[in-house]
Amino acid sequence: MGLEVLYSLRGFFGTFGAGQLFLLRIIVNMPYALARPRLIIRQVYVTGVQSLVVIMLAGFFVGMVLALQAHLTLSRFGAEDTIGMVAALGLVRELGPVVTALLFAGRAGTALSSEIGLMRATDQLSGMEMMAVDPIKRVVVPRFLGGVIAMPILAVIFSAMGIFGAWLEGVIILGVDEGAFWSQMQAQVDLRDDVMSGVIKSFFFGIAASLLAVFEGYNCVPTAEGVGRATTRGVVHTSLTVLVLNFMLTAWLLGGN
Amino acid sequence: MQQTRAVELGTGLFVFMGILALFFLTTRVTSFDAYEGGEGYELTARFDQVGSLKTRSPVSIAGVQIGRVTAVEFDNERLEAVVTMRIASRYDQIPSDSDASILTQGILGGQYVGLQPGGAEDYFADGDEILFTQSAVVLEQLISKYLFSQGGGE
Repeated sequence: MGLEVLYSLRGFFGTFGAGQLFLLRIIVNMPYALARPRLIIRQVYVTGVQSLVVIMLAGFFVGMVLALQAHLTLSRFGAEDTIGMVAALGLVRELGPVVTALLFAGRAGTALSSEIGLMRATDQLSGMEMMAVDPIKRVVVPRFLGGVIAMPILAVIFSAMGIFGAWLEGVIILGVDEGAFWSQMQAQVDLRDDVMSGVIKSFFFGIAASLLAVFEGYNCVPTAEGVGRATTRGVVHTSLTVLVLNFMLTAWLLGGN
Repeated sequence: MQQTRAVELGTGLFVFMGILALFFLTTRVTSFDAYEGGEGYELTARFDQVGSLKTRSPVSIAGVQIGRVTAVEFDNERLEAVVTMRIASRYDQIPSDSDASILTQGILGGQYVGLQPGGAEDYFADGDEILFTQSAVVLEQLISKYLFSQGGGE
């Protein structure tokens, strides 16, 4: 029993260290990828544009449900005018970055892991090495950078769609005064403390989610089963990492106040 | 080639949408105040009690916001709170004998500094101190005053 715990701890820290070394390799090889922006643009398209519909729909409905829930509670105090503020703060600070990162892990992260994993399983990565092409430079770094660039953009679009959803539900359906909806929001939401802290968060989530996805894919067992496992592990690890990281980043960003 | 163009176009549109969304968040969702860029002038005021006044709380005159609180500090020697506020430069005709009081916005709202214009000929300038101030009303003190006045009446 004790030995088992020790083994799993060793496994955890081993993976943790390997991930850090992998990140270091990515950073060192970044200039090569930056010199070929086409590769990065292609990956921003694959991770960002192709996740756009999912993100927009999710944001819209999250915003609507936030407005509905806030209205239910706040109308008891006669404060339903503040639903715009409640929805906007919730979206911009927390739900935008976090839900986007979770959806990103499911939509784009799995695609990254399985794509790179399949390249590993079908010996395409070793083939590249054979032709003196470093797969880290050619395959991993552009995918990593594409994810890092796409994530904050997706999170901002998610929040904007959410506020649109909250407006539709609150003002159009529930009949909250439109002027009060926007003015309460503008009075309480701060550009630096709320909007920018959300963007900073999603940037870090982008690094974590992209790194874990490419890392799991690159280091998978080169079999059909191995690729499947790597993909699953990528989503699970990314989701947990995002939630833990969210707590730490929130504590750090709120610590300044 | 055709596909590369589509990818580039899609990515460009995507980034543009992101910028548009950020623009929406900054202009529509937050109060992106013009006077926060550092222009304007600073005033200070001393209060016995500031209540829950915080930095970034609004400063208003006749109900219109003209600036924000930039610092709330405690003066060790005079044992008073010193509130520093930045007023937008276009509101430069506030009489120098105006008084400042700490008020509350509605029942659930936060506290803000309200200025009441005086009748002096000259105006506040950068670095001036507002001499006439009225502290925040603390609910506990109000209740105890009320209770004492009830007791004294009998």
